[in-house]
Amino acid sequence: MASSTSSPSLDPRVLKEPLPMPGPQGNWRRYFTFNTDAKVIGIQYIAVALLFLLVGGLLAMIMRGELITPPADLVDPTVYNGLYTMHGTVMLFLFLFPVLNGFNNLLIPPMIGAPDMAFPRLNALAFWLFPVFGVILMASFLVPGGPSGSGWWAYPPLSTQNPLGHAINGQLLWILSVALSGVSSIMGAVNFCTTILRMRAPGMGLFKMPIFCWTALAAQLIQLMGLPVLTAGAAMLLFDLSFGTSFFKPEGGGDPMLYQHFFWFYSHPAVYVMALPIFGIFSELFPVYARKPLFGYKVVAIASFAITVLSLIVWVHHMFYSGTPQWMRNVFMVTTMLIAVPTGIKVFAWIATLWRGSIRLSTPMLFCLAGVFNFIFAGITGVMLATVPVDIHVGNTYFVVGHFHYIIFNMITFGVFAAIYHWFPKFTGRMYYESLGKLHFILTFIGSTLNFLPMHWAGLMGMPRRVASYDPEFATANVLASLGAFLLGVATIPFLLNLVSSLVRGPKAPPNPWNAIGLEWLLPSPPPAENFEDDVPTVISGPYGYGLGRPLVEDQERFERRALEA
Amino acid sequence: MTSLSQPAVTPPSTSALPDPNGPELDPGASHGHGHGAHADHTMTGFVIFLASESLIFLALFVGYAVYKSSAPLWLPAGVEGLEVREPLINTVVLVSSSLVIWLAERALHRQRLGEFRAWWLLTMAMGTYFVVGQAIEWQHLSFGLASGVFGASFYLLTGFHGLHVVTGLALMAFLLVRSLRPGLVLPEGKGVLAVSLFWHFVDVIWVVLFVLTYVWQRR
Ligand SMILES: [Cu+2]
Repeated sequence: MASSTSSPSLDPRVLKEPLPMPGPQGNWRRYFTFNTDAKVIGIQYIAVALLFLLVGGLLAMIMRGELITPPADLVDPTVYNGLYTMHGTVMLFLFLFPVLNGFNNLLIPPMIGAPDMAFPRLNALAFWLFPVFGVILMASFLVPGGPSGSGWWAYPPLSTQNPLGHAINGQLLWILSVALSGVSSIMGAVNFCTTILRMRAPGMGLFKMPIFCWTALAAQLIQLMGLPVLTAGAAMLLFDLSFGTSFFKPEGGGDPMLYQHFFWFYSHPAVYVMALPIFGIFSELFPVYARKPLFGYKVVAIASFAITVLSLIVWVHHMFYSGTPQWMRNVFMVTTMLIAVPTGIKVFAWIATLWRGSIRLSTPMLFCLAGVFNFIFAGITGVMLATVPVDIHVGNTYFVVGHFHYIIFNMITFGVFAAIYHWFPKFTGRMYYESLGKLHFILTFIGSTLNFLPMHWAGLMGMPRRVASYDPEFATANVLASLGAFLLGVATIPFLLNLVSSLVRGPKAPPNPWNAIGLEWLLPSPPPAENFEDDVPTVISGPYGYGLGRPLVEDQERFERRALEA
Repeated sequence: MTSLSQPAVTPPSTSALPDPNGPELDPGASHGHGHGAHADHTMTGFVIFLASESLIFLALFVGYAVYKSSAPLWLPAGVEGLEVREPLINTVVLVSSSLVIWLAERALHRQRLGEFRAWWLLTMAMGTYFVVGQAIEWQHLSFGLASGVFGASFYLLTGFHGLHVVTGLALMAFLLVRSLRPGLVLPEGKGVLAVSLFWHFVDVIWVVLFVLTYVWQRR
């Protein structure tokens, strides 16, 4: 088997290929087709998701433009309702979930030595639903009455109103789009879980698997358990909105609280669907850039599943002020605080990994360090919010907005940027420009801090969220936040410039530019269509063996040589 | 969901055989262009999917129970409750079809194609009987979708379940047609296994649904 390195195109079976062909590498057209190659799908996901990041960011900047002065002068308050609803929905369902699915597609098969996903056609189908529900959501800007204005929670009774009486309305399109996104996510989750459980390289037991795969598995498990519940709630909402039922209408005997339960049963854990893979990315990157093994590998791996389990029993903390009985508040306050234990374990493991490491402050590492720093801050405000009396005081204020933006942007999106830079050479075959990357980091860090830190202050003083106008006493915090938002807009310029110019004329990337340990780094950059094909290395030691001088796989030198020669 | 593709090309090498206790890499799947090889994981994926799908029903069931025990208004005016006799016959037919589809599976396992088709067809007939029976019941009910929470949840539950029955019937018809394809030695066992599992799933869900809506009438 030792010298089976024939290139895929020489394989006679190519002629009988039953699936759409990946097309030659470097042929841009394949990114616009129904392609079943996970690496193509991964890049498709990331590219479209970044497009929607720009859309969501533009909506945010319009909002911040409105909020730079106390009165509602730039946009009408009704338009403002549509703006924040769409901003939240776009950022979660059209940017973060898809971009992370993109990473799953790019990283999982090479990391575990699999040639592709378990179900390549299902994978392509799941991707192609993404532009469909993206367009459906965007179309709600064009229908009479405009997009949904009931927030990304879509609470009834607001979300069951259809004042203009049109059959096709913004709220309906919102529900359809979210439901289709759920279908696509379930398809993805089935694929990712099956791939991780069934297609690992010989010798790669669960406890030799990279943490990113652990966290992806834990996150996809949440999708499988939570999304069906959201779907049930969304279906009932759709019937209430369009078919005259009264599941959530008190006047017809229904119960709006039940919707809140359905919604948060999924949507609290949904935060961990996004956060867990980012924990995985931190756990991958710190050992590389500190040249030390990940501290407490097994505990970090298991903590991911502790987070999954706990995340499913905390949802009522979003309903402390919704008429929830006191005993229920107490129970969910305790479960919510318990989440700090496994997440805290991870934070300590990262810090211990960095301790006395030889730290290389390249762009991905800067984003990781800042991401963990922000996460610690957000964790503290999270424990504050979990406390019932504090939450009743600051619930529905800008304190909450500041808190979750620290999670979703300052931690999760920082991790997304870190991952994009770190694996950019691997999957494009080109190096990115370090100076542009650092500029992107500095602008993003200053912009996001200016944007989201003052929100905590405004919220503690009592500024409510979801308002187009506010009392002038909150003006300073809002001016700072708006300036930060515009700076974040500016920060995307070096980012996109870096991506495009590196793709076009960046220096060619070697197979392992960061001297990292992992199966994906034993492949050429970019990896061939089926990764290791028939010649999959046998894993003989756990991941992150930095400084231990032990090989990861049998015959490691041969694989390294082969990657270099490709 | 149910990939029906042919089994993989045999791999030319044996060096990458999976450790029986440890993780495995399907040797066929690692084969460059024999993507059909991934069919080996169909059952894993399908079981994961069904587990997830069952949670939609669980959510709807919990919702139903919450409404039933707490809604201020339950039965719409003039409605006494649900007639149980016909639905009970329906239930018996649907549940027994689980046994029949198992017989079909066994026949296929013993390579008796004709017998397989007969049991398979009987399962489809029983499923169709159930769906038609339910449609007739719907037509004779005195309440509608908009008749309070009771009407809405009744139609949502039975309708969503009915959709699954129809999906199961369509999958069976599809496999039956494929089993008639000329030149076929044996129909693919994987698809039959998956559809049969799906059918048992639909039956179990119905039993819970029947108990919740028809048996538990008083409150
Ligand atoms: Cu939460």
